[in-house]
Amino acid sequence: MASLKELAKRQEGLVGGHRACAGCGASAAIRQILLAAGDKPTVCGICTGCMEVVTTIFPFTAWNVNLVHNAFENSAATTSGMEAAYKALKRNGKISEDMNFIAFGGDGGTYDIGLQSLSGAIERGHKMLYVCYDNGAYMNTGYQRSSATPYTAHTTTSPSGSKIPGKQQKRKDLTEIIVAHNPAYAAQTTPGYYMDLIRKVEKALAADGPSFINVLSPCVPGWGYPPEQSMNISKLAVETLFWPLYEWQDGKYKINVKPREPKPVTEFLKQQARFRHIFKPGNEHLVEEIQAYVDKQWERLLGKEEASK
Amino acid sequence: MKVIAKTGNEAMAYAMKQINPDVVAAYPITPATEVVQIFSNYVADGEVDTEFVAAESEHSALSACVGASVAGGRVMTSTASQGLALMHEILYIAAGNHLPIVIALVNRSLSAPINIHCDHSDTMGSREAGWMQFYSANSQEAYDSIIIALKVAETCGVPAIVSTDAFIISHCMDRLEVLEDEEVQKFIGEYNPKYYALDIGKPKTYGPLDLQDYFFEHKRSQIDAFSKVLGTYNKIAQEYEKLSGRYYPAVEEYRTDGAEVAIFTAGSTADTAKEVVDDLREQGRKIGLVRMRMWRPLPIEEIKKALSKFKAVAVMDRSDTMADFGGPVFLETRGILYDLDKRPIITDYVYGLGGRNVEIADIVRVYDEITEVAKTGKVSKPVTYLGVRGEE
Repeated sequence: MASLKELAKRQEGLVGGHRACAGCGASAAIRQILLAAGDKPTVCGICTGCMEVVTTIFPFTAWNVNLVHNAFENSAATTSGMEAAYKALKRNGKISEDMNFIAFGGDGGTYDIGLQSLSGAIERGHKMLYVCYDNGAYMNTGYQRSSATPYTAHTTTSPSGSKIPGKQQKRKDLTEIIVAHNPAYAAQTTPGYYMDLIRKVEKALAADGPSFINVLSPCVPGWGYPPEQSMNISKLAVETLFWPLYEWQDGKYKINVKPREPKPVTEFLKQQARFRHIFKPGNEHLVEEIQAYVDKQWERLLGKEEASK
Repeated sequence: MKVIAKTGNEAMAYAMKQINPDVVAAYPITPATEVVQIFSNYVADGEVDTEFVAAESEHSALSACVGASVAGGRVMTSTASQGLALMHEILYIAAGNHLPIVIALVNRSLSAPINIHCDHSDTMGSREAGWMQFYSANSQEAYDSIIIALKVAETCGVPAIVSTDAFIISHCMDRLEVLEDEEVQKFIGEYNPKYYALDIGKPKTYGPLDLQDYFFEHKRSQIDAFSKVLGTYNKIAQEYEKLSGRYYPAVEEYRTDGAEVAIFTAGSTADTAKEVVDDLREQGRKIGLVRMRMWRPLPIEEIKKALSKFKAVAVMDRSDTMADFGGPVFLETRGILYDLDKRPIITDYVYGLGGRNVEIADIVRVYDEITEVAKTGKVSKPVTYLGVRGEE
C-alpha cells in the first residue's frame, strides 16, 4: 500500500479551483481515490450530478485524468464501453499501456436511476471500479430524497412536516446488492478514514474483475452542518456504527473498524440539521427506532463476517 | 464478386462482420434480434476481433457504445422500435459529442398498442437527434448502406442509422452481392480519431457541463458538421459505385421522365411501387416514382429537383406526426417545396402502420387519385389513411 509520503508526491487527479461547496465530502473522496489510483494512467466516467457539475464547467476542468461524462444513469455502462474498447485497441496494438477504469456516481445515479446500468456492468465482468459517492440524497438538484436517504431524514421531497417526520423508509443496502453480484471486490468506506479509503481503492483496482466501493460522503448543505465538520461527521458515522467500514472478497466479509465502545447514533444525528426534527419532544421513539435499526444491522454484519470465516 | 442468399438481418450482420468494429454493444429486440445473434456467432467463432458487450438494455447498449467510441474505438450496434426509443436520450449525446456510431436498425412500430411489424415511427421519432438516416429498399441496399454510412459517419463525425423494413426486408431471403473482406477494409480505412479518451498523454474532459456562454456555439458546430454530410455522402457513394458497381443517390428517381404525377415514398414500398410504375407506364400513364433514401440530413435540393417537375405528388408516409396533419415526410416535403415558384400539389397517404400490408392495388389507387388531383387541381382530402377499416 502506498504511504502518505508517496501519495503526497503523486500528481493530483482532481485539482483545486472547482466549484464544490467548502467542506464537500465527495470531492475530498474523489481526490483521494485518484491519488490511490495514481500509479497507473486512469480513465474515468462520471454520472451527471454534483461532482460532474462542479468540476467540468466548460471551458474549465478540474480533472487531470481523462474523464467522460455521458448522462445521469449510465456511468457504469459508459465506462464498461471504454473498458471494452481498451481491450480491443490493446489487442490490435493501438494501445500498449495498462490503465485503470473508474466510474463515479452519486447515490442518485447509483442506488436509483443507474442501478440497472451498474448491475449489468458488474455482471458482465468488466475490469473497472465503480465508486458511489453516497451523500444520501439528490444534492445537486436541491436535496431530494433517494433510496440512500436515511430513515427520518428531512429532504425537500421527504420534508419533516407537521404530520410526517421526514423520510418514512429505511435506506436501500446497495453494498449488499452488489455483493450479491459476486464481484471481484466490494467495500464500504468514507473519506474520514482516508487510509482505509486508499487501501480499498488499491485493492479494488488490483482485483481481477469488476469492483465496487460505496463511499459515505458528508454533504454540508444537504446534511446541514458547519463545513469544517465534514471529516468529523464522516468518522462519527463509523464510530456510531451508522456506516460500518467493511469489505467483501472471495465470499468473505471483513469488518475493518470495530469500535470498542460504539457511540450512540444520536452523536452522528445531532450534528445535522436534516435530523433536527427527531429531537423535538414527542419524537423520542424515532431516535430509539433508529438506534435499534443500527444495532440490528451491525449484528447482522457481524454474523455475516463470522459465517464467512 | 460473390453472390449469396441472405435476409436483411443477415446482410446487415455480414456487413458488420466485414467492417470488423472494435466494439459492438447491443441488446436484442424483435425484429433486429438476428443481427445481434448472428454477430455473436461471428465473435464466438473468432471471425471478428470485436469486443462484444451484451448489454442489459438498449439504453446501456448505446451508453456503452458512447464510452467505446469516446475511447477511440470503431463502434456499431443494432436495434429496433422500443429499443431505439429507450436509446433516445443517448442518441442526442452520441451526436452532440460527434461520435460516428452506426446503428443497423429494423423499422418497427412503437407501442402502444404493442406490435412487432413494420412502420417508420421509431426512426421518424428520432429525426431531431442528430443522426443520419438511411431507409433501405432491400437487403442489398442495407448491406451497401452500412458500409457507406460508416465511412460517411467517420469522415464527418456524425452518427448514422441504416434501416430496413421489419420482416418485409429483415426476414426476407434475397439475392445479395457482397464485396471481399479486404475490399471493405480498404474502402473504410483505419479509424483514427483526433481526440479519444484513451489518449493518456493529453488528459481531457469529454461531455462537460456547457452553459449559456458556449452551448449555442457547440450546437451550431454540430449543425455545421451535419451540413457537410450530404456532400461527403455523394462523394463516398460514388467511390462505392466504383468499387461495387452500385450507386445510391440520396433521392432516387424512377421513370420520372415525362411523368406528371409521382409517389414519394421510402423503404420496401418503393420497390413494390416500381412494379406498379412499370405496369402503369405500359398502359401509357404519365407517372413516376421518387424514393427518399436519406431523410437526415434532408437532401433539400435533390428533393426540390426531383419533385418540382410534377403537377401533383402523393407522399406515402409509414408513420404519423400526431399533428393531425399527416406524416413527417409529407410535412417536411411541403416545407421544402414552399420556396419553389411553381410547386406541385401535394397530398399524403399514411399507410402500413403496424405492418398493415400495402398491396399493388393500394398503390394503383394512390396513382389514380393523384392523377385525378393533377387533372382537376382540387384536393378533397389532403391526408388519407390508406386501408384502414371505417375510413373509406
